[in-house]
Amino acid sequence: MLEPVKISLEALNLMTLAPMLIAIAGGLVILTIDLIKENLHKSLYVMLTVLIILIDLGVTLSLNVNERGFFDVVLMDGIAIVTQVIILVASMLFIPLALTSKRFHEYSYPEFFALFLFMLAGLQFMVSSDNLILIFIGLETSSLSLYTLIALHNRHNSFEAAVKYFTMGALAAGFYSMGAAILYGISGSLELYQIADAVQARLDEAGMLALIIGGAAFLLASFAFKLSLFPFHTWAPDVYEGASAPLAGYMSIVPKVAAFVVSMRIFEMFIHLNVTWVENAILTLAVITMTLANIMALVQEDVKRMLAYSSISHAGFVMAAIAIATTKSNSAIFLYYGLFLFTNLGAFAMLWVSRHKHRVHHARFDHPYEKFSGMIGIMPVGAVVMALFMLSLAGVPPFSVFWGKIYIMSAAVDVGMIWLAIVMGINSAISAFYYLKLIVYMFLREPSATTREETVYYNVSKPLMTVLGLTVFVTVGSMFYVDPLLEYITEMVKVSGY
Amino acid sequence: MSHILSVLILFPALAGVLGFVVDKKSAKAYGIAVAAVEFLLSIWLWMAYDGSNAGMQFTEFSPIIAQFGISYNLGVDGISLFIVLMSTMMTLLGIISLNEEKIENMKNMIVSLLFLEMTMVGVFVSLDAILFYLFWELSLVPMLYIIGAWGGPTRVYAAVKFFLYTFAGSLVMLVGLLAMAYFYQQASGVWSFNLLDWYQLVLPEDMQFWLFLALFAGFAIKVPMFPFHTWLPHAHGQAPTIGSVILAAVLLKMGTYGFVRFSLPLFPDASVEMIPFIMILSLIMVIYTAMVAFAQKDMKQVIAYSSVSHMGIIMIGVFAMNPEGIGGSVFLMLSHGIVSGALFLLVGVIYERTGTKIMDNFGGLASVMPVYATIYGVMLMASVGLPLTIGFVGEFLVLLGFYQVSAIGTVLAGTTIIIGAVYMLSLYKKSFFGPVTNEKLKGLKDLDGRELTALLPLVAIVVWLGVYPKPVLEPIDNSVKELVSFMESKAQTQEAKDVIIVSKSAKEEE
Repeated sequence: MLEPVKISLEALNLMTLAPMLIAIAGGLVILTIDLIKENLHKSLYVMLTVLIILIDLGVTLSLNVNERGFFDVVLMDGIAIVTQVIILVASMLFIPLALTSKRFHEYSYPEFFALFLFMLAGLQFMVSSDNLILIFIGLETSSLSLYTLIALHNRHNSFEAAVKYFTMGALAAGFYSMGAAILYGISGSLELYQIADAVQARLDEAGMLALIIGGAAFLLASFAFKLSLFPFHTWAPDVYEGASAPLAGYMSIVPKVAAFVVSMRIFEMFIHLNVTWVENAILTLAVITMTLANIMALVQEDVKRMLAYSSISHAGFVMAAIAIATTKSNSAIFLYYGLFLFTNLGAFAMLWVSRHKHRVHHARFDHPYEKFSGMIGIMPVGAVVMALFMLSLAGVPPFSVFWGKIYIMSAAVDVGMIWLAIVMGINSAISAFYYLKLIVYMFLREPSATTREETVYYNVSKPLMTVLGLTVFVTVGSMFYVDPLLEYITEMVKVSGY
Repeated sequence: MSHILSVLILFPALAGVLGFVVDKKSAKAYGIAVAAVEFLLSIWLWMAYDGSNAGMQFTEFSPIIAQFGISYNLGVDGISLFIVLMSTMMTLLGIISLNEEKIENMKNMIVSLLFLEMTMVGVFVSLDAILFYLFWELSLVPMLYIIGAWGGPTRVYAAVKFFLYTFAGSLVMLVGLLAMAYFYQQASGVWSFNLLDWYQLVLPEDMQFWLFLALFAGFAIKVPMFPFHTWLPHAHGQAPTIGSVILAAVLLKMGTYGFVRFSLPLFPDASVEMIPFIMILSLIMVIYTAMVAFAQKDMKQVIAYSSVSHMGIIMIGVFAMNPEGIGGSVFLMLSHGIVSGALFLLVGVIYERTGTKIMDNFGGLASVMPVYATIYGVMLMASVGLPLTIGFVGEFLVLLGFYQVSAIGTVLAGTTIIIGAVYMLSLYKKSFFGPVTNEKLKGLKDLDGRELTALLPLVAIVVWLGVYPKPVLEPIDNSVKELVSFMESKAQTQEAKDVIIVSKSAKEEE
């Protein structure tokens, strides 16, 4: 007979679970409130969610770095904490975007907010673990909630988007479990540090390399789906188009940064074990992704689809940092996403401000370029704000994304990959063209017949303007806070041993 | 007083932001007031500048990203001082020349010009590579808007071409700057983008070569050197008058200034090695674009191409690697800025009155607009390089300096004066002399007060510095001599040391 296992509560170190538990409890509270009293206004839920996220953020920041807990499957190292901070800050900017002046159906359900909080918990589990099973559970919890959130936007192509994303996601999940199974077969463990030891010990065995590469390839394919890397990027533009603008912006940041952390944990392990195939594969994917997505973005007629391709290209740009695999490149990932988050969310929020119930400008698209033509004459502030976001995305200094860009390029130069830095530079130049296209429409074209203040500022409200103001402020003033931010991130990355 | 450079950068930027609030009808007066204050501040800078001190003055330093070595680092020496002065002066005169009746949205124009002024001053006083890059890139944005919003029929194409061409080149330059910082970090252990720190770094020759090429990509497109000059005629052809003035007078100088400030002192060996390459490109640029200028029918295109041709002379002077050549080309940068700026203003005057720039439509303008014809004539002579005008001093010094490098090259470069005289005089003949054939020209008014206010100061400077260039030339010469002797001491190969001639007499004494 087996001995009963005795575990003391202290050994579980439940404190490491606190951030996720807060998010889950918050979601349950929201459901309970709905149970007790129906038909409460969405603003209540929005504020409640923001407060819950705020508590979550506070707890995350007060955690001790590099602690393990819950049977040692939860690992709260520096990168886990930084990622959670990025995720939570992005969420706090995203949720108030629900307070539009026009009514959108999904926000009238409290379930939307509960699901959102469950998704957050899933993401937090995913980033703070080095156990392949817990990563998988976190990944799937967050993904399933996200599919539902997309579908809640009650539109014909939202369902299409959700189903498309779901199907692709299911395939990616399959790849993930196969990759994990192979690694388990090699090492007999699901903990990444044990896998690393086992792989290192058995690296020279005959036929072992093929097995390792197979496992890595499956995992890479699975994360390439999540990160929308070539050739698994095809879902992204359609899904972004179907999802509501804020959710599209959110998807271009938060699930990706979570996937980047996990990629960092898994693939840099292989790179440090000198499995050069992984490095080459990631570099190839990254270069093709940024170039191809840039070229595709050139021909888009819809601003939202353009931004979708642009965020694919940004993901490719950042993916290259994983292949470089130095402390600097890893810090650059967080710096980049920490800065990119404000700019990109701001750009998508500008689209949200101008969103109509029906497509008044174009039969097929919600946000054709024509909608913004001549904006400078009618709404100078709106045009300048949008132009600032576009210049920042293009990497024009001193706006925020530029600092992330040069830090990654500098990391590439440091390890002697000058060619990569030049490819990145050329890609930035290509991308400048489509960002400029919007600026040209806004500043240099005559207003179209349908461009009026009411039509562009259709959906505007005070909370939306507050979020926009905040994002602009952060985008423009980046020069003054990049130093402490970079210091914090570098410290956290170093502590985690990356 | 110690923060005057910051004030020079921040004042127009702040004024630009506040300009959004100013009423549309008062925008031009606001612009003139701000630009005049800025110009007076730069005059103050000149007065306070110690001409006998060749090093950096009024330096300011505070870190931006400490652990990555990026800092807010400013300073001015004899090379940059007068380019800053010229930038603020041309902005002021450009704003004065704006015609309120012809330009819609004057407020937006003024705000863009003020932001542009900030970036121009910023580029020339930055001593940190990233700060330099920041202003360099930022200068594209207002220019894009000025060309795109107030330009000719295909303005959007020209504006986007201008932006993308320069942006692509400067990103390659950025990689070069990052690599330079990395090598510095390898050698010293700390990250720094401080130019003065970089000067101390001696690099192996092959590394210098590649870094030189990376920076060349950014600078050469901006100059613009043959064969990267194709964006310029489009930009000039479509830009409004004020856009052409600023573009020709100041923005192009950023490229040649970059060569002087970055390429020469950082990579002396590679620069010497590249002399033949640069010389060939520059000579082609000088002669070919001068010939192209002769073939133009559009008056503005003639001046645009002549401007490219003169930039070739500046490049030749920079790579002559002696104080005469480099000092001459810095002086030529100023004179080219003033003269080509004035010529574009003059073309703008006639275009505003007649709506055409084609020379065949003119003829006999001298009898209709005598004052205009006189000023045009003076500027034309200065552009050709007639003695006692500002154009002569720089051109003569450059050719003198270049003679020590290559006699044949000097003869070839000297032909530019002849070809220049040919196309400029034929332009003048076609447009100003002969009978008035076009009926429409008969009733044209001569220059009015606004135009005279913009142009007469330029005429005065052209004559003043043509006759007595010493107050400007001396500080330039001091800083250039220091630069050249620094390059000689830093150069590793004997060949490079031989080419870099600190001072003719000093060599002979040895």
